[in-house]
Amino acid sequence: MTERIVSILISSFWQILLPGLVTTIPLTVISFAIGLVIALFTAIVQAADIKGLKQAARFYVWVIRGTPLLVQLYIIFYGLPGFGVLLDAFPAAVIAFSINVGAYTSETIRAAILSVPKGQMEAGYCAGLSYGQIMRRIILPQALKVAFPTLFNSLIGLTKDTSLAANITVLEMFMATQRIAARTYEPFALYCEVGVIYLLMCTVLTKLQKYGERKLNKSYGAGTAEV
Amino acid sequence: MLEIRNIHKSFHQNEVLKGVDIEVQKGDVVVILGPSGSGKTTLLRCMNFLERADQGTLVFDEKELNLRKVHKKEIREIRMKTGFVFQNYNLFLNKTALENVTEGLIIARKIPAEEAEAIGKQALDKVGLSERYHYYPSQLSGGQQQRVGIARAIAANPEVIFFDEPTSALDPELIDDVLQVMKRLAREGTTMVVVTHEMSFAREVASKVYFMDGGVVVESGTPRDVLLHPKEERTKQFFRRINREVEYYI
Repeated sequence: MTERIVSILISSFWQILLPGLVTTIPLTVISFAIGLVIALFTAIVQAADIKGLKQAARFYVWVIRGTPLLVQLYIIFYGLPGFGVLLDAFPAAVIAFSINVGAYTSETIRAAILSVPKGQMEAGYCAGLSYGQIMRRIILPQALKVAFPTLFNSLIGLTKDTSLAANITVLEMFMATQRIAARTYEPFALYCEVGVIYLLMCTVLTKLQKYGERKLNKSYGAGTAEV
Repeated sequence: MLEIRNIHKSFHQNEVLKGVDIEVQKGDVVVILGPSGSGKTTLLRCMNFLERADQGTLVFDEKELNLRKVHKKEIREIRMKTGFVFQNYNLFLNKTALENVTEGLIIARKIPAEEAEAIGKQALDKVGLSERYHYYPSQLSGGQQQRVGIARAIAANPEVIFFDEPTSALDPELIDDVLQVMKRLAREGTTMVVVTHEMSFAREVASKVYFMDGGVVVESGTPRDVLLHPKEERTKQFFRRINREVEYYI
């Protein structure tokens, strides 16, 4: 009995990890990257108080944060074809995750921008810089440092949330596991196995976060005050 | 060179400036004195559009601007010709001392990086920070940070520099270094408008003193007139109190 489970676990390991490498990770990375771009834009139009766009941004965050990710996936993959928009599963998942993670991280970035002292903006103006230049060169680099841990939190969350894409026929790690479990009738062992693989991935991310934070903390001399 | 006429500014119901006139000639060191809440900082911030005045006229280099409706372009033009030194320094925290000085030169004024660096180093040398080019604000003392702030303001060779209580956030020991730098600038003929509580600075280098209270200029004139022989009762009262404080310290 245990021998059978061990052999299933071993033979299934690569069958689960492979879709992890070719689907789960790319899905996470691409979605997060696009999500960050959306988030940056959404946060800046709010911080800059651009009429119209600001309200649109608030509306977007309100809707996306207020509805389940699974519902969003279903609307894009199963709902849009009704309007003639037919998407493959993978791009549909990328769109849904990007929009979702964009809404959440836009709040992280917005808060980080607000945390930068007002005087930084004023000093920039007095130096003759434009709003955009100050944002890009002074405010955002400081905001990034503040937002970094929380952004990583979202990235780790997204890594696991990609398992929801199984519901819209994306063959990622979770779906691969489901198939093996259906074939072998060993759900407990197999779902534990995929859980451990997710855990390993997130452990790597956690290490990366620690490393990144150390780097950022060393940047512009913070913490090494000497007179 | 710089003139403010009939400037008004309210924050909500609170009228902070109730029609103030200020005149600055080239080479002047104008010191604005007054109790807290008298509107002097607001006045200074309005001159550089960090606050938008509700009403008033600004004349800069013979160009007359209605403070109520100024174009972004005009604001930027004036900011390019002026420097501002903040009470809390407001150095760019993610930039070194040298980068703080060169940022406005390279990005706003399009001066080539090498040239800007030379100007920046010169400015930092002038405020006595030759050893601190590559230090970040968090690695500098308050007095050093404020001197970087001054270097940043003088580097672009502006026509006038505004100082907003530049020593108020500093430990007493560090005030002197900053005042020395400011006095030297004043003697070199830099046009300055200074909001301060430093009487010694006003006495020694001011060419004109304005005493403000309650959003208006109560009295103005040479430092000798205003500081030593004030005419208005409110001015006398203010200086009596300040002098008494000095006696207490002694």
